[in-house]
Amino acid sequence: MSLLRTASRQLAPSRQPFIRAGAVAAQQPWNRGYATEKKIGGFGGQKQANGKYLVSLIEGDGIGPEISQSIKDIYAAADVPIEWEPVDVNPILKDGKTAIPDAAIESIKRNLVALKGPLATPIGKGHVSLNLTLRRTFNLFANVRPCKSIAGYKTPYDGVDTVLIRENTEGEYSGIEHHVVDGVVQSIKLITRAASERVLRYAFQYAESIGKKKVRVVHKATIMKQSDGLFLDLGLELSKQFPNIQFDSELLDNTCLNIVTDPTPYNDKVLVMPNLYGDILSDMCAGLIGGLGLTPSGNIGDECSIFEAVHGSAPDIQGKALANPTALLFSSIMMLQHMGLNEHAAKIQKAAFDTLAQGKYLTGDLGGKAKTHEYAGAIIDNLK
Amino acid sequence: MISRRALQTALRSGVRRPQSAAAVPSVALRTYATFPTTVGEDLLMPTKYGGKYVVTLIPGDGIGIETADAVRTVFKADNVPVEFEQIDVSGLEEGKKNAEMLFKECIASLKRNKVGLKGIVYTPVDRSGHASFNVGLRQELDIYASVVLIKNIPGLQTRHQNVDFCIIRENTEGEYSGLEHQSVPGVVESLKIITRAKSERIARFAFNFAKVNNRKKVTVIHKANIMKLADGLFRSTFQRIAEEYPSLETNDLIVDNASMQAVSKPQQFDVLVMPNLYGGILSNIGAGLVGGPGVVPGCNMGREHAVFEPGCRHVGLDIKGQDRANPTAMLLSGAMMLRHLGLDQHAGRISTAVYKVIKEGKVRTHDMQGTNSTREFTNEVLRKMDESV
Repeated sequence: MSLLRTASRQLAPSRQPFIRAGAVAAQQPWNRGYATEKKIGGFGGQKQANGKYLVSLIEGDGIGPEISQSIKDIYAAADVPIEWEPVDVNPILKDGKTAIPDAAIESIKRNLVALKGPLATPIGKGHVSLNLTLRRTFNLFANVRPCKSIAGYKTPYDGVDTVLIRENTEGEYSGIEHHVVDGVVQSIKLITRAASERVLRYAFQYAESIGKKKVRVVHKATIMKQSDGLFLDLGLELSKQFPNIQFDSELLDNTCLNIVTDPTPYNDKVLVMPNLYGDILSDMCAGLIGGLGLTPSGNIGDECSIFEAVHGSAPDIQGKALANPTALLFSSIMMLQHMGLNEHAAKIQKAAFDTLAQGKYLTGDLGGKAKTHEYAGAIIDNLK
Repeated sequence: MISRRALQTALRSGVRRPQSAAAVPSVALRTYATFPTTVGEDLLMPTKYGGKYVVTLIPGDGIGIETADAVRTVFKADNVPVEFEQIDVSGLEEGKKNAEMLFKECIASLKRNKVGLKGIVYTPVDRSGHASFNVGLRQELDIYASVVLIKNIPGLQTRHQNVDFCIIRENTEGEYSGLEHQSVPGVVESLKIITRAKSERIARFAFNFAKVNNRKKVTVIHKANIMKLADGLFRSTFQRIAEEYPSLETNDLIVDNASMQAVSKPQQFDVLVMPNLYGGILSNIGAGLVGGPGVVPGCNMGREHAVFEPGCRHVGLDIKGQDRANPTAMLLSGAMMLRHLGLDQHAGRISTAVYKVIKEGKVRTHDMQGTNSTREFTNEVLRKMDESV
């Protein structure tokens, strides 16, 4: 009971923007409240005169160019109405900060959608992670990470079909850190109503769009009562606007334990959570089905969205045609779904799943011997 | 199982001390030998009264009462020279009035007895609710190192085989600092604190633990690519201390990768050391690998105090009072405690009996795909102990 009471008390001030969304939005763009029916994070791109969508393509480092080539080949064979616009995001320093070249920003802003291969981020001093920079530049607030078991690649877990949505702009990865005194560091986890509400709302909408009936918030509000508490309360509040979706919550510890014990009860749910938990759990779910080489990822922003392979750039196998393009391919399929090109998405997805299930042309990481282009070739054959 | 000696040796490491003191393995095992010499060694010892150790018992909420009963029954049957000083602190609403008082009593009792066995006390999600007693207790007693053993139990079938690793988790700072504030309505900051002193202390504990238990590799788990200062400090401190332990292999792993590896190739892990929150995540993932929270024992070690509790810290409110809980985690935690007290024979008898029951597989609780109750399981353990006499 008192949880509800707290929730309503806390939420009271924000009701205003819900009622007068337009008026308030003018002065407080961050507090728009998304009260309207408008779908957030939707795709608003238009076809060009030649009937094709222009999509920015960031091939990435290491194995990036090879796996990007596979995607291009498969898309050409599948006759997808997409034209690729290659984009270079090698960072530049702008006023002392890591930044992405203007040309790249313009391209993505124009096309509203991009596909991205792996980028190398060195650990340690120097540049801010380029991935982080991209997220900030385009305000990519939600990271969507589905994980589905792949027939043909056996792991200890069968029938996995999880979907995780991670808040992508703040939380533990706010980047606000400082030395208090020598040997004492504070790192700030930032949770705001605006960002939390946005990602939660997206989670509800996404659940509706993919036909999942339940949304679950994963939190640690027992310990972080205010920050995770806010996130959880907002979930509860928003759930009232989505009567068709069942809402509940689970403690992070329990989620970790339960997914590892048996992931199948999570198949009917969309999990939504703050940044760090999402980061860890989405990779853990990837581990259930065979690793990052097999899982797609989408970063949804207000206007632009970037779909990417989240695995590393694997410089050790660069140029040897050993890389597995599956993650990038699956990410591109998510992109097609985001763009409303569902038929093409389904067709390519089926061809890819078939190829993996047949198991004749698997890359080395899946225990096969096929080269990158041979695997892509097999998918193209299955398209027909 | 972790030997008492192993833990205590690891423990000593947490204290900065002159190099010469390090090479005294023959110091009576039970002492915390290297605590600053101005403090009498015996002061830090658990005290025996009338031939018995007095140990604080905090059953906690949820399944605590049932599993604590199991421990009591088994200890009694084996004539273990331990007398429990039980404190029924609860984090649930109904017990609230009393809770703060009882919590203080817990602290006082543990400070007196130095050793405790505890279940998990419930923590409300509610923002107006009290802070976690579990965390408070750890911070108050400075029991800084949580040790959780993730190991397959023979006879208990799980998805992964040959899992055998150990999680050493910093227990007193990090994300569980409890420092939070609302800057303006709708903007909340939660502080994660990492200090060099505590990072060094836990790193030393991990290295010594690895050495004494014949482990080969120590891995530091972090997210220093994003939290460059906080986790960066934790990692760099670990790497600095590592130079003092050339015989051990060391490496580092980012926490998301570690979680992924844990569910795909957990066999690669040996000893893992990490800040607070990651420890919570990985110990739960680990428990999932080897059979759930009901079978994973653990302990929290400080310089002066040691509190033993189930390793992945689940309250189990949903099966409270149904006589369904698996007492294994609590029994094994109890056995660990006995080793800590130097009661190795009792510890050996109890843990052997528990493992036998599980291996035989005739009597199992629900979480182990059985149909038996907590009491039936406990009785079977007693029978096995009788047989071995």
